[in-house]
Amino acid sequence: MDFLVMEMLVATGVGAMAGAGVYLVLRARTYSVILGLALLGYAANTFLFASGRLSVGLAPVISDDALAYPDPLPQALVLTAIVIGFAMIAFAVVLMLRAHADLGTDHVDGPGGAGR
Amino acid sequence: MNHWITLPTLIPAFTAVVLLLGARLELATQRSISVLSTLALIGVSFALVWQAASGDYVAYELGNWPAPFGIVLVLDRLSALMVLLTALVGLPALLYAVHGWDTKGKNFHALFQFQLMGLNGAFLTGDIFNLFVFFEILLIASYGLILHGGGERRVRAGMHYVVFNLTGSAFFVVALGVIYGAFGTLNMADLALRVPQADPTQEAILRAGALLLLVVFSVKAALLPLYFWLPRAYGSASAPVAALFAIMTKVGVYSILRVYTLVFPGTVPMLDGLPAKILFPIALVTLAIAMIGVVGARSFRRVVAYLVIASVGTLLAVIALFSQEALAAALYYMVHSTLIVAALFLLTELIAEQRGVRDDVLEPSTPVAQPAVLGSLFFVGAVAVAGMPPLSGFLGKIFMLQSSLGTEQLPWLFAVVLGGGLLGFIAMGRAGSVLFWKTEGETASSPASGAAILPVVLLLLLVGTLSFLAEPISAYTNAAAEQLMEPEPYIRAVLDQGGEAP
Repeated sequence: MDFLVMEMLVATGVGAMAGAGVYLVLRARTYSVILGLALLGYAANTFLFASGRLSVGLAPVISDDALAYPDPLPQALVLTAIVIGFAMIAFAVVLMLRAHADLGTDHVDGPGGAGR
Repeated sequence: MNHWITLPTLIPAFTAVVLLLGARLELATQRSISVLSTLALIGVSFALVWQAASGDYVAYELGNWPAPFGIVLVLDRLSALMVLLTALVGLPALLYAVHGWDTKGKNFHALFQFQLMGLNGAFLTGDIFNLFVFFEILLIASYGLILHGGGERRVRAGMHYVVFNLTGSAFFVVALGVIYGAFGTLNMADLALRVPQADPTQEAILRAGALLLLVVFSVKAALLPLYFWLPRAYGSASAPVAALFAIMTKVGVYSILRVYTLVFPGTVPMLDGLPAKILFPIALVTLAIAMIGVVGARSFRRVVAYLVIASVGTLLAVIALFSQEALAAALYYMVHSTLIVAALFLLTELIAEQRGVRDDVLEPSTPVAQPAVLGSLFFVGAVAVAGMPPLSGFLGKIFMLQSSLGTEQLPWLFAVVLGGGLLGFIAMGRAGSVLFWKTEGETASSPASGAAILPVVLLLLLVGTLSFLAEPISAYTNAAAEQLMEPEPYIRAVLDQGGEAP
């Protein structure tokens, strides 16, 4: 039963983060866009993590009395994706700060950009 | 033991690290390290093409972990060709950058080498997750390069480019999750075995995975409606960077070619040829809109940027036929379009510099200082890019149109490709007459040095070589296409290593 609860939780979490991420990425101010990119990244990473199936109470490392193990590969993949995503977001933050300094506005289209 | 295949990624990786550690070295030293490494890359790529031309596959298991558990690098004719093309575009771009652009920002050479590393890795890997990693390497290097030189225009265009590609990366991760969740592997050869045996209940998820990947690759390849970032980004990037980026959209084309011939070919019953059905109309519309952009652009850099999109549209429309002749023709045209677009980006800047304040805007300006030299180069470039005889653009288009004979897509392909060619011809004629003939006043600029013109000449010579050696080169692309249409040997080469050392 608690297994089902966890799947629901992860699925709705991924959905909510992806939805919020898409909404924020489509905003016209760089700060929202950064937050959106981060949320979208979290959603994608959680999704990738869940692709190895969610499991409860399984042995993480080899042991003699383990009946089954969780799939280790998505964990390795998601670790790589997290590191890459982190670097990318850091770069985006610096770029947007630079854009704010150079263009004098935090609008994604620069001065004269329409919309909020 | 055959470790050659690792060199196209290792050489630029080590060079980049050396350049980062030696960031305080004299500029001349940095330049020679960078140029020497790119020269070595050309040598290695020629060796790889020579090896691949025999038709053998090389599957290299990194760290000796057997496939499908470890990561494999795979060399076939297509990947060898792409690696060679990268090096051949990289060297002239670098030689041009050495002529002054690399002083306008820090770490240009290190970023350039990282970019080459990412490109080569993406072409050689046999694992989709590894493809994602190399995509990210080439992207983060390209973020740095596209901003190289600074300035408002670049920052604004770079911001769009970065946000767009970061979103694309998130989709890539989701696509990988879908595919891994359904098939439990990300090795392309292993996937190729498992996809046709998929359970009927997996039909929806299989389609979702296959088409999500198509979206991701279309972002890289700049297909409609995902191309809007490109004209501004390429149009405002510095000339050597824009020239190198001529190969960036081809990474998307390469990935589509690889994944939809190997992993999700049209023969998979559950896909029912869906990728080709989607790709063909979208690619044609991309080509049509890009040619309108070419005619309508108000500056010459934008004209060339739209030509990049047009070449991608042409290529993918032909690739969507998924026949051996079509793929062979597309590969020939891919080499041509990459080289010629790179040459035009470099040439544009030479012209723009000599025109003075009007830069590359297509309005009357002071005459260039070297009308004969630049005009001739422009003429050759225009003939090649518009697809007029005798150069390779013409041959490539002939091959492509021939390959569509007898297919039901023929009328559409002929109409759009030939109509687009006409528009391209008009646009190049108009641009040339404005740039060189509609002049006012006296020239105020000094002529460019031979060293600055040399890279353009090099690229145009390569286009010439492609035209004069059309027979052996098209024989090679034909053999490469044959390999793509027959994936079984590829799969066997990767998976049946029988425990022996690579």
